[in-house]
Amino acid sequence: MKKMWVTVAVMVTLVSGSILAQKPAAAKTAGFGSAGKVDPVYESAAAVVPQNRIDELVFAHWKQAGVQPARLCSDAVFVRRAYLDVIGTLPTQAETQRFLADTAPQKRSRLIDELLERDEFADYWAMRWSDTLRIKAEFPINLWPNAAQSYHHWIREALHEDMPYDQFAQAMLTASGSDFREAPANFYRAMQDKSPKTIARTVALTFMGTRAENWPPEKLDQMAVFFAHVGYKPTREWKEEIVFFDPTGEQGGVKRTAAELAAVSLPLNAVLPDGKKVRLAEDQDPRKVFADWLTTPENPWFSRAITNRVWFWLMGRGLTADPDETGPGAKVENAALLDYLQQELVRSHFNLKQIYRLILTSEAYQLSSIPVGDGAKSRANFASYAPRRLDAEVLIDALCQVTGTSEDYSSAIPEPYTFMPEGTRAISLPDGSITSSFLELFGKPARDTGLQSERNNSFNDAQRLHMLNSSHVQKKIQQGPALQDLARGAKNNDDLVNLLYLTVLSRSPSNDERATAKQKLQGGGRREAVMDMTWAMFNSTEFLYRH
Amino acid sequence: MTEKEIYGTEPAVRSMTRRTLMQGSFLTAAAMMARGFSLPAWATTPAPIVTMGKAKSVIQIWMWGGPAHLDTFDPKPEAGSDYSGPLDHPIETNVSGMRISELLPLLAKQGDKYSLIRSMTHGLYSHETASYTVQTGRLSGGHDVFPNVGAVVSLFKGYKAGYKGLIPPYIVLTEPQGRFAEEGFMGQQYKPFATGGDPNQARFAVEGVVVPGVTDQRQKDRRALLHQMDSLGNSLKDDPQVAALNTTERQAYELILGDAGKVFDLSQEKDELRDRYGRTTFGQSCLAARRLVEKGVPYVTINYNAGWDTHKQNFQTMRRRLPEMDKGLSTLLQDLSDRGLLESTVVWWCGEFGRTPKVAWEAPWNGGRGHWGSVFSAMVAGGGFQGGHVVGSSDARGEEVKDRPVYPLDLIGSIYRQMGIPADARLPHPEGLDVTTIPSKAEGLPMAGLLKELV
Repeated sequence: MKKMWVTVAVMVTLVSGSILAQKPAAAKTAGFGSAGKVDPVYESAAAVVPQNRIDELVFAHWKQAGVQPARLCSDAVFVRRAYLDVIGTLPTQAETQRFLADTAPQKRSRLIDELLERDEFADYWAMRWSDTLRIKAEFPINLWPNAAQSYHHWIREALHEDMPYDQFAQAMLTASGSDFREAPANFYRAMQDKSPKTIARTVALTFMGTRAENWPPEKLDQMAVFFAHVGYKPTREWKEEIVFFDPTGEQGGVKRTAAELAAVSLPLNAVLPDGKKVRLAEDQDPRKVFADWLTTPENPWFSRAITNRVWFWLMGRGLTADPDETGPGAKVENAALLDYLQQELVRSHFNLKQIYRLILTSEAYQLSSIPVGDGAKSRANFASYAPRRLDAEVLIDALCQVTGTSEDYSSAIPEPYTFMPEGTRAISLPDGSITSSFLELFGKPARDTGLQSERNNSFNDAQRLHMLNSSHVQKKIQQGPALQDLARGAKNNDDLVNLLYLTVLSRSPSNDERATAKQKLQGGGRREAVMDMTWAMFNSTEFLYRH
Repeated sequence: MTEKEIYGTEPAVRSMTRRTLMQGSFLTAAAMMARGFSLPAWATTPAPIVTMGKAKSVIQIWMWGGPAHLDTFDPKPEAGSDYSGPLDHPIETNVSGMRISELLPLLAKQGDKYSLIRSMTHGLYSHETASYTVQTGRLSGGHDVFPNVGAVVSLFKGYKAGYKGLIPPYIVLTEPQGRFAEEGFMGQQYKPFATGGDPNQARFAVEGVVVPGVTDQRQKDRRALLHQMDSLGNSLKDDPQVAALNTTERQAYELILGDAGKVFDLSQEKDELRDRYGRTTFGQSCLAARRLVEKGVPYVTINYNAGWDTHKQNFQTMRRRLPEMDKGLSTLLQDLSDRGLLESTVVWWCGEFGRTPKVAWEAPWNGGRGHWGSVFSAMVAGGGFQGGHVVGSSDARGEEVKDRPVYPLDLIGSIYRQMGIPADARLPHPEGLDVTTIPSKAEGLPMAGLLKELV
């Protein structure tokens, strides 16, 4: 197992060396032409031509698999997709129009750059990280509201300030101090128990992208040694807890017998997950030794786990079957691509936005969701964009934005910290215990395990009922001030239909759609017609899914 | 108010942190064992004394907040007014020797229909961990979050077990509990469906099923419009995600426009019966629960969150709330019985814990009761459980278990037994771990075994 990693690391280095020497990609690989008629609403007539190294690797994979890629997506699809994927937020009608009217050839990559700098980028990705790190005041994680919020705040700032990913991980893994004051120390508290083994499993899942429950038990025991000196102690302040380096091992999350204490007494010989032996000195926090090993550029576990996860987040499907298992045994769909992404992360000094940018500006990301040929095969090879239901938080924010309404969020802990001001967006909620029945119904993760699979975005009957027929959604449509303003502000029926489509679906209507809508408007009460059309759009595949 | 007050540390021990409290409470359980209570595990219970039960449905009355055992089913007037407060005249039920609170006269007439467990114990004192333990049987803080009774029943009696109803198999009336993820590690499809709305309104607007002000004709017109406008959906018909969307739409409309949704139309019931249930949210929830189990829904929770967390002014709350509970619950038992449904329907009543037996008269509590996990009461009826029995007892002041401790797993395991769900049936675990409905003895959870007295 260890040997395999070494080989991979060497290969990665070789690949990267050749990249640096390469000429611009487009000249090298021929593009794909698509068969069939273009649907201008969703597709672009432009040829699919590689834009960067990701495309070269993905295109090569298509050739090998005999897959025909989808067409490029239209500008309208792109603007909506980019907003939803990068900032978890629907573009406003004005933002959509500005982008559609822009004639600059580089407008797509420019939009990506803009979105990566928006405040909502930090909100939205802090939400994903909070899922992964289980930030929740209540049971079973029990961070308590102010600790949860200081932790969330720290993560949001780290994302906002582009903290390099190795520093981000180091800060959490080596943190000591009060859960209220040293936010990253909450990493060691946001677990169901605080035994060294559980800490090791959590670290493995979070930063090594692997499920330690599948490891041989002795390997987990070896890794747990590095976390055997994490101490916890309460203070006089309600719910405050100090995480600290306890050289004796007495104040950890498990009670130890004298013999067990002797066994973890420093100095100590320990074995890192790659089999390397280290001597842990008496005055040395073993967590630091581990963190240094973890974040070293040559360590494939670390960069592989995060680049695969970013790919999974943006493309809807990881390069391994389970985004939480990227260990040596995991089958990688396009190994050269994952190697390249890892290498790029290292080369950019662990700048995650660089990986986002590379993926988002690739043609592979900008394909239409309408596959050519076998749909399943197309999706499996990233030969078309995978439509996914909007996340619970993104969906409710979108409904609120279109209608100009807001939601109440509350926690089972009636604590001042859990009261959210009116107008708070769901993607910016700082603590998993602050929720609403809509978020629960639409599968906001429980933040129990940190597994990516906790977020389940497949549609179920109860969700469908809620969208089709709840008083909650109905009231938003009926009373939403933004919709009423839109209807009042429209110059005529044509304008109204256009504005409605731009606002809800981020595009102009096709001629057929315009005709259907105008017929509906002329058919009876205008107000009711606007409401019913909005309702139909809210329930359309196009609104409910990123596509 | 300080955080502690809001969160509810009971006055008697309010100087302790919750952490030390937890430790203390586990010691209580250990101390019980040391005092000679034997803890035979389910797995080692001798060959089943009874065959598996044949109950079809469960109605859970979830007493959110934890009502006082002394003021409901375990009155202690002999302990003096510092314990019983003004409620010191318990009444006899129609089962001789079985006394309950004077505020429950209607339930007193039906003592033969239900049994009381007065020795429930888990030693937990905070809402979230106690809610979790009472409804899952497990202790919090392990590797997994376990599914609760409703989720397990909907696994074994829901769609995968041949249930075909359009109404989801696990319903909560009306708001979610919000304490923990009920489905645990089993995943979203075992989450309960919370109805929202208020069954005591002229129209019970179950979220998604009934939307006031939209006629059936408009529903049909809108649906046609949706199909016409769903351009992308038409282009992506073959995508499995999108196909699933269309399936859910068909089922949703069967519920919206078909007969299945009428189960929530309480106006189909006689006014006289609705009055007997009480024209309250709780009373009408009981009626809705009966209608749901009549249609075969396997698990219904009435999340009765009505101020039972009585840190302050406990007795005012009891006087206000117990009569409404008495009316709703007694009529539910009678109505189920009249319709021959009681035999196949388990009804269980329990909160996450009881309340401090000794009343905190001083300010700011002014006659309040704190949390109490050492001993509390539960009620079970129907579904093959015998009525008219009292299982176990608390001591003279209702502070500790006197005899026959009953742990949450014992009650839960007995409900599973009545529902025909074996203790060793496996639960689907995301990591493929071997997890059974009732844990093995090796897991070391406190249990005393089946409620033999009642089955």
